[in-house]
Amino acid sequence: MAKLNINGKVRDVQVEAGTPLLWVIREQVGLTGTKYGCGVAQCGACSVHINGEVRRSCSVPVGSVKATDKIVTIEGLSRASSHPVQKAWAELDVPQCGYCQSGQIMAASALLKKNPNPTDADIDAAMTNICRCGTYQRIRAGVHMAADMAKKA
Amino acid sequence: MKNIARVKATNLSRRKFIVGSAAAGGGLALGFNLPFIGTAEAATAAKAGSEINAWVVVRPDDTCVIRIARSEMGQGTETGLAQLVAEELECDWKKVAVEWVSPGQNLARKRIWGEMATGGSRGIRTSQDYVRRGGAAARMMMLQAAADQWKVPVGELSVENGLITHAASGRKTSYGRVSAAAAKLTPPDAKSIKLKDPKDWKIAGKPIKRLDTAMKLNGSLVYAIDLKLPGMLHAAVKASPVFGGKLASYDESKISGMPGVRRAVKVHDNAMAVVADTWWHAKSALAALPIVWNEGSGASQSSAIIAERLKEGLTATNEPFASWQDGGDALKTIAGAAKKVEAVYSTPFLAHATMEPNNCTAKVTADSAEVWVPTQSAEAALAVTSEESGLPLEKCEVHKHVLGGGFGRRGGTQDYTRQAVAIAKQFPGVPVKLIWSREEDMAHDFYRPISQCKLSAGLDESGKLVGMHIRISGQSINAFLNPGAIKDGKDTRQLQGLYQEPGDAQFGYTVPNFLIEYAMRNTHVPVGPWRGVNTNQNAVYLECFMDEVARTAGKDPLEFRRELMSKHPKHLAVLNAAAEKGGWGKPLPAGVHRGIAQFMGYGSYSAAVAEVSVGGGGELKIHRMVLAINCGHAVNPSQIAAQVEGSVVYGLSAALYGECTVQNGRMVELNFHTYPLLRLAEMPKVETVIVPSQDFWGGVGEPTICVVTPAVLNAIFAATGKPVRSLPLKNVKLV
Repeated sequence: MAKLNINGKVRDVQVEAGTPLLWVIREQVGLTGTKYGCGVAQCGACSVHINGEVRRSCSVPVGSVKATDKIVTIEGLSRASSHPVQKAWAELDVPQCGYCQSGQIMAASALLKKNPNPTDADIDAAMTNICRCGTYQRIRAGVHMAADMAKKA
Repeated sequence: MKNIARVKATNLSRRKFIVGSAAAGGGLALGFNLPFIGTAEAATAAKAGSEINAWVVVRPDDTCVIRIARSEMGQGTETGLAQLVAEELECDWKKVAVEWVSPGQNLARKRIWGEMATGGSRGIRTSQDYVRRGGAAARMMMLQAAADQWKVPVGELSVENGLITHAASGRKTSYGRVSAAAAKLTPPDAKSIKLKDPKDWKIAGKPIKRLDTAMKLNGSLVYAIDLKLPGMLHAAVKASPVFGGKLASYDESKISGMPGVRRAVKVHDNAMAVVADTWWHAKSALAALPIVWNEGSGASQSSAIIAERLKEGLTATNEPFASWQDGGDALKTIAGAAKKVEAVYSTPFLAHATMEPNNCTAKVTADSAEVWVPTQSAEAALAVTSEESGLPLEKCEVHKHVLGGGFGRRGGTQDYTRQAVAIAKQFPGVPVKLIWSREEDMAHDFYRPISQCKLSAGLDESGKLVGMHIRISGQSINAFLNPGAIKDGKDTRQLQGLYQEPGDAQFGYTVPNFLIEYAMRNTHVPVGPWRGVNTNQNAVYLECFMDEVARTAGKDPLEFRRELMSKHPKHLAVLNAAAEKGGWGKPLPAGVHRGIAQFMGYGSYSAAVAEVSVGGGGELKIHRMVLAINCGHAVNPSQIAAQVEGSVVYGLSAALYGECTVQNGRMVELNFHTYPLLRLAEMPKVETVIVPSQDFWGGVGEPTICVVTPAVLNAIFAATGKPVRSLPLKNVKLV
């Protein structure tokens, strides 16, 4: 039994404490925008925010998450895809297959929250999620565009 | 951002096609029944719009629903095909929605949608003609319906953005208003339809945005792995780690008390699955399940043994080599040449590593079988579902989901679909979702085949190429997947791009006294098509060797190539385009060097220029890549650029890191920490040059990958003076 605050809603889940948060989000809570890619914190497809920090939820045991921790998944990032990262991604047609993009968007939005004006080197350091389709060039451009949008907003 | 209306993939397959089924190109079937359909759903379908023909449904609100038969796995074929239909339809692009065709419907309608398989970069190029005719026929029928209503000759009407105008009387109507009447008309003869000159395109040929982006930004797109069905169970699977091994025994008692576990089930004779209430429970129990394998003869195999077998093929004689030759006796010419160059190259097994692991949900009852699956070949999935369930094709259906990557992994084999059906039939009436772990995905791929290549060339005193011999030794995809394609022990498919195969992958040079041979050396490792297939390895062999020969001849690599390409103007034009944009011959910052390569595959011509630097400790940095492609007609330049950018990442992941090694008969690299893929920080700046010649239809998804690695390796050669002859680069000391 765990109490989780996901996207602003507190939920009780019946689950063993060692279960990765990813699978609790997907299977118990039913939010499937957060993806399974590797299970070993390598690819970042499972990225969510916990108290504003980007975390690879496949490697976070649910027992380590406190009821007061604020978890945000892609579904809770914004209303109607209005986050600057989502808008920039749409403008640049970033996704190809799209499977990794929830994680990429969560990583990019966490970066911009900490660093509203990232350099290419900052983006290199923060954006370590794997995209097998190879959308990195547009992801980089998207982070810069989102930073500009956020400044103008 | 445009709000594109959309029909969920699963809805279409529940629809009864009784609504004005008028078919472009004949084959009209009215009122037939599809499985799984209730009358309430049929009634909903009728309200949803009028089927003008197989490709176009028009709703009263003027929404034009365009049907897509090919699979979307990120390559943008959905948007490109919709552009082609919409172009001829003359509809309002803002009112376009798309709908997926299922293979059950295709079968029931005598394959009215044609080929559904999506591979070989064929999605657009081999369906463009009939989908455009479908759009044009629907336009003609809607104009005719308006003309009939107004009792005027159809020739007096014009249409733009789905609005029909009769200029003489000033009357106007819309597609939505005439669609019901249009659906009842006899379709025009497809062959008589005159298609637009691409010069007049307004929707096709433009860099317009993808139709499927919005739902990939907020987690709302339901991939097959995300599917939820009432009462669903979840399965994790493990097959014999040694290829060809069999299940000997297992001890279910060890997991029977574990949370959520229903039971352990055998999957064919080589795998075990655990079925549970959640996938995490299934996976955890599977990890705890004691399984004994009968590993079989494959267990003795290793990368070293396989390498030795391939090496033997480089010099073997007296066997039926697949071969192609041009000019006179290559071997004799090279033996007598003033200068000789010889090199042996090798490339490893590679895994596809789609981001979405293999998965399939199956539900089998006494008289029906359904699967929900990411597949590049929906009809193969249907066939597998029928075979495995023992039910006839008509009782089976495949619900296609957008793939989280395909790259050739999820084509005709459909091994994961077969497993899912095999598991689900042990739980009659209950949907069971099978998900492979990443480790299972890496352990049981159809890998890019391993090969080695021995090349030799002869030059005369002036440095002119007088002969070349290429011997490839390696595994055959056809031998594993399609033995019928091998004639008299010869498999020319492994020579892709190195001979004058009509159309798809022509050799781009005229080499006097040229001989190319393939010695088949198979292994126990399953192999299959991997984005770009054999062009990838073959382009590395040929194009890196060309640089070695050019250096021996004392010539610039670009000039050396140009001298051999006068009879191959399209190859040459693309090479020149890459060289020009890449600034070939112009000064570079200190320590930066260029490499160039060209090749042809999938009906398209590609070339690349890479700029790299190699540090004192051998650190490689790839700064910039320019890629040029001539794919004939360029349906969506922005998506072509996206595919080119992606192809650089796919190519560089292989070049830098990609390697699946065999130990004790099984794969060693089972996740991304041992099978690294390129990450953003390593991504060079990519510039795409589209060289459209508008006189053919070439592919886009695959052709440019093969020039990425040789361009980079040639730039390294320029930087260090040492050719790189084996991959991946992580194993190579550059300085």
